[in-house]
Amino acid sequence: MSRAALLVLADGRFPAGGHAHSGGAEAAVKAGRITGAASLETFCRGRLHTAGLVAASLAAAAVLGADPAELDAAADARTPSPALRVAARKLGRQLTRAARATWPSDELDALARRFPKGAHQPVVLGLVARAAALEPVDAAHCAAYESVSGPASATVRLLSLDPFDATGVLARLAPDVDRVADQAVEAARRAIDEGVDALPAGSAPLLEIGAEAHAAWAVRLFAS
Amino acid sequence: MHLDHSHDGPRAVSADARRPDGSRRALRIGLGGPVGSGKTATVAALCRALREELSLAVVTNDIYTREDADFLLREAVLPPERIAAVETGACPHTAIRDDISANLEAVEDLEDEVGPLDLILVESGGDNLTATFSKGLVDAQIFVIDVAGGDDIPRKGGPGVTTADLLVVNKTDLAPYVGSDLARMAADAKAQRAELPVVLQSLRSESGVREVAAWVRARLAAWTA
Ligand SMILES: Nc1nc2c(ncn2[C@@H]2O[C@H](COP(=O)(O)OP(=O)(O)O)[C@@H](O)[C@H]2O)c(=O)[nH]1
Ligand SMILES: [Mg+2]
Repeated sequence: MSRAALLVLADGRFPAGGHAHSGGAEAAVKAGRITGAASLETFCRGRLHTAGLVAASLAAAAVLGADPAELDAAADARTPSPALRVAARKLGRQLTRAARATWPSDELDALARRFPKGAHQPVVLGLVARAAALEPVDAAHCAAYESVSGPASATVRLLSLDPFDATGVLARLAPDVDRVADQAVEAARRAIDEGVDALPAGSAPLLEIGAEAHAAWAVRLFAS
Repeated sequence: MHLDHSHDGPRAVSADARRPDGSRRALRIGLGGPVGSGKTATVAALCRALREELSLAVVTNDIYTREDADFLLREAVLPPERIAAVETGACPHTAIRDDISANLEAVEDLEDEVGPLDLILVESGGDNLTATFSKGLVDAQIFVIDVAGGDDIPRKGGPGVTTADLLVVNKTDLAPYVGSDLARMAADAKAQRAELPVVLQSLRSESGVREVAAWVRARLAAWTA
């Protein structure tokens, strides 16, 4: 694998639309659940071990060659909130576009044909990792890291949080991110043998409920 | 895992002039500039001026609401299915320059759903003087400033004022009330922009958006030539 390709894909500036999403942080800030660095860290840890683990497992399974349509259905089943499904598909479509231009591959072309309005972002992420010759654990790392880096950078904008504090949160979560990525790869290997039902199904009800409320706000900074 | 070096499928479209089915896509013109300078008003006036002769659509990039899209809908400058709003995540310049994926999706969806289109106007959420559109998103850009923002803006320059394909100095009707010197603004703009065109307009005047509409028609003629 190319370590530099992993850096390209994991870079927050990779132009795939992530900047417009807060990963639930905007709803949590409004509800008073994120008020500073400490509560951001708690929020991120919760998201990492639930939505983050699910996303990382889907991504790793896609790298291992699981059927994208089955994975997409598995992602739907693990995403109760319709607003979050819409957001995940939008981001998946944007990632598909960016990746087809950066790592052209027949698999990504086929994905774009099969899901013209987008597949769930973690599934796409796994196929992009494949196109970039990355390993399952790389895709899992990207997904797990995104599950916390998104809320952290959004909170910098939402609360004018000191950016050094937000980055410190991410650094403290790094060992957890590594562990979640490893768990995700294990689960993904199981899913290849036993089917997608073996993928983790952790969920954070407040993330789902918050996303539904957020989608109905008239005034908001982030798309989700 | 595999790395596909022999890939020769269709490119992912962004700046490509042809759509996947081979037809020519719409000309895309961006309108940028500071908040309140008159971008939405110019878009609305352009729609009214051009909608009889062209198939048109608009993409708005609001900062935290759907205000611009809602204004255009309320004013009924175009049927609702021809107006799309993109959410920009607190960073309007990112959505038009560094990460244009959401805007590309919006223009493509418009072409798929109400096309064929001749022209798509993409309005940026109001931003600072450095915000410019990516060439992957638009074919030409208009930078809109107004006389009330201070008559030293053309002199200060910046990427929008200096490099936009058309600079519009809007609200000339207000110049006497805010003490802006129009001749000086025009001369400074000329000095910054060499041969690039500048239009001074008041949307409150009889001629309104006429000169800008003529510029758009000329761009479109060049695009379809
Ligand atoms: N007096 C005057 N007002 C204008 C003109 N153009 C726009 N406006 C007003 O300026 C305000 C801001 O315009 P808008 O188009 O929303 O600005 P935007 O933020 O750049 O989209 C609105 O109240 C418009 O009606 C003009 O040429 N003259
Ligand atoms: Mg506007």
